[in-house]
Amino acid sequence: MTDPAPPRSGVSRRRLLGYAGAGAAVGAAGFAGGIGTAWATDPRGAGADDRYAFHGRHQAGIVTPAQDRVHFASFDVRTGSRAELVRMLREWTAAAAAMTQGRSVGSGQPLPYDAPPADTGEALGLPPGRLTLTFGFGPSLFADPDGRDRFGLADRRPKALRRLPHFPGDDLQPARSDGDLCVQACADDPQVAVHAVRNLSRLAFGTAALRWSQLGFGRTSSTSTSQQTPRNLFGFKDGTANLKAEEPEAVEEHVWVGPDDDPRASWLAGGSYLVARRINMTIETWDRASLREQEQLVGRDRLHGAPLSGGQEHTAPDFSVRGSDGAPLIALDSHVRLAHPSRNDGVRMLRRGYNFTDGNDDLGRLDAGLFFLAYVRDPDRQYIPMQTRLSAHDGLMEYLEHTGSALFAVPPGVRPGGFVGDRLFT
Amino acid sequence: MRIPRLAAALVAVVALPALSACTDNRATTTKGADRTITVTSNDDSCDLSADTAPSGNLVYRVHNAGSKVTEFYLYGEDGLRIVGEVENVGPGLSRDLVLHVPAGRYVPACKPGMGGQGIRSRFTVTDSGGAGGASGAVAGATRQQVATATRQYAAYVRDQSGQLLAGTRRFVAAYAAGDDARARTLYPAVRVHWERIEPVAESFGDLDPKMDLREADLREGQRWTGWHRVEKDLWPPRNAGYRALTPDQRGTYAEDLLANTRALDRRVQKLSFTVDQIGNGAKSLLDEVATGKVTGEEEHWSHTDLYDFAANVDGARVAFEGLRPVLRQKDPVLGRRIDRRFQELQRLLERHRSGAHGGRGFVSYDTLSRAEVRRLSDAVNALSEPLSQLTAAVAL
Repeated sequence: MTDPAPPRSGVSRRRLLGYAGAGAAVGAAGFAGGIGTAWATDPRGAGADDRYAFHGRHQAGIVTPAQDRVHFASFDVRTGSRAELVRMLREWTAAAAAMTQGRSVGSGQPLPYDAPPADTGEALGLPPGRLTLTFGFGPSLFADPDGRDRFGLADRRPKALRRLPHFPGDDLQPARSDGDLCVQACADDPQVAVHAVRNLSRLAFGTAALRWSQLGFGRTSSTSTSQQTPRNLFGFKDGTANLKAEEPEAVEEHVWVGPDDDPRASWLAGGSYLVARRINMTIETWDRASLREQEQLVGRDRLHGAPLSGGQEHTAPDFSVRGSDGAPLIALDSHVRLAHPSRNDGVRMLRRGYNFTDGNDDLGRLDAGLFFLAYVRDPDRQYIPMQTRLSAHDGLMEYLEHTGSALFAVPPGVRPGGFVGDRLFT
Repeated sequence: MRIPRLAAALVAVVALPALSACTDNRATTTKGADRTITVTSNDDSCDLSADTAPSGNLVYRVHNAGSKVTEFYLYGEDGLRIVGEVENVGPGLSRDLVLHVPAGRYVPACKPGMGGQGIRSRFTVTDSGGAGGASGAVAGATRQQVATATRQYAAYVRDQSGQLLAGTRRFVAAYAAGDDARARTLYPAVRVHWERIEPVAESFGDLDPKMDLREADLREGQRWTGWHRVEKDLWPPRNAGYRALTPDQRGTYAEDLLANTRALDRRVQKLSFTVDQIGNGAKSLLDEVATGKVTGEEEHWSHTDLYDFAANVDGARVAFEGLRPVLRQKDPVLGRRIDRRFQELQRLLERHRSGAHGGRGFVSYDTLSRAEVRRLSDAVNALSEPLSQLTAAVAL
């Protein structure tokens, strides 16, 4: 079996609908002409403002300006065959290259009437919605719970890729945690993101099975200075101090794994680590907290996001400023203080989280919170120490409960003709 | 089970699976303008974008630009033998006809209004030297294989129906006589024959609801009869307020089930099948497993769902195996994949055998852990995806 080459051209979803909807009025010449044009490379191509290139040095969906929606999916690999796994990654790659450019899965191929269509169809006619698909590998892909090498990859497992430790207050649900593979589908249109995960799941049947997935809305981070800082469900601006695409040196230092970071996992150079945490908020009790308590727990003012030491949103917090009672204006157990780089050996993260609401529980309380996503160069330095401190000391923890957790190694970008993670398998 | 129109000719035609393993091969053999021929059907014209193409897989992209419902046929040189067809293309709509065409001369025809000789022209397929060469041997072999497959499947359906009738006689006799232990033993074993041909049985829309309706499927005021009504009476229901049926009532339900089974058996004697019906039947059997059995909804009181599960898989495997010689010619990669997935699912099912029925029984569904159910469900999905490509691969 040879590799499916990534489709080089195809009908864009919008064009396809246009031609299908043209109706009986279309004459013979017009129809033939329409097909000819549609089959050619889309004139807008990659780089148009509604789409991002799929191929590149790094995977898209990390420093890419955060889209409005996410559908995140984690998979268990069901096959024991390395060849089957690679075949699926190739199919995922081809499908991702098509969908991120607004094309259907299998576009350009005929549609036999007696076969189910290759694409599920709900994104036909929709623009690409700035869809990005970002893929990662979990620790369990490299060795099963008994330590057995599943796919001949054990000696290439990055040393930082292991299950995150138990943090104080964790109440993790296995059905919302871990996984062998992950896909982060971000788009401005939830239907586009869901379509992507649905089609990738379908391609995976028999090779990998969906373990858990999470929908998110209202990005809670900005990853570019061109974006406003959004708010989380506590009502506060979140991620003001986040890493931004416009800080290339900081991104290089804090996000991308370097070529010499891990000798046995050189395949990960140019990639990153992805921390995923499902953090439930006890919304109802938070809403009964006074504004004083809310601001003191966060360490910022609610309206503008300015640190309580003064200034505006992007003013650096001054932890030494004290009030009339002698206590620090930014409380010792405030989130801003504990999470600040100056309190964490200068480490920073690229946060890319989303709000979520999965309905409500049987007591009528919202099942809602923050789906925390963060990309780091080294979770052992950049995430675990900070979360350990936060879980133990952060005053906000009174209103938080971590219910899901996963760590993935995110391989570097895909080269044309290659497939996601190909350096790991060669 | 839908019974689509009998296709006129099943030979020399390959419909490509949309998502088989060899995506790449298909892409390279069907891509390019010389392998895609656009057909524009008007009320008084039939324009093809080319009048020649290399042998192998061809796509006729039929667009109805006229005002009447149209059809497109590709005939052999004699203008009679149908190589492939698309029917019922409404005004403004488009449809792909995917064919495996050997070298030779052909007659394409649009039939706006769906009647008559159609608007005909000439089409030449040149020998590309590839797999789709000039040889008619493949077509000949396939014709015979198709005939064998359809004959064997019809015989299988009759055989299962006969065993169902014989088993139902024994079952209703025990039930009506109040021999509950024997009836409970017979219940899952007899239903196996129903479940193996379930799509065929379901195709009789008047019989199926009388025989196999679950309590949850009832309309307000609808009379509940059949297997599951008896099931509820045989297994002490969880509902504490349940009142057991009287001997008279038992007799009535038993008689009714037997009469309907007799009617079913009479009707299946006359059935014949096309390859696409067999292929779709295999797929719908797995759909039954995915929606009713793996979830434990089918046998609400007896929890004998795994018997039904295994029987649905049996039926699908028989349907697939009959078509395998055809598939070996047309898409061997798909055939091997389906084969492997059947084996994996069967291996998993074997783990849940019990000592009942001479070691051929299954454990009660309610003893399965969530993880075991999940494993079974994943294996069903793994098989169902390639199986959903079977019909297109073997039929017109």
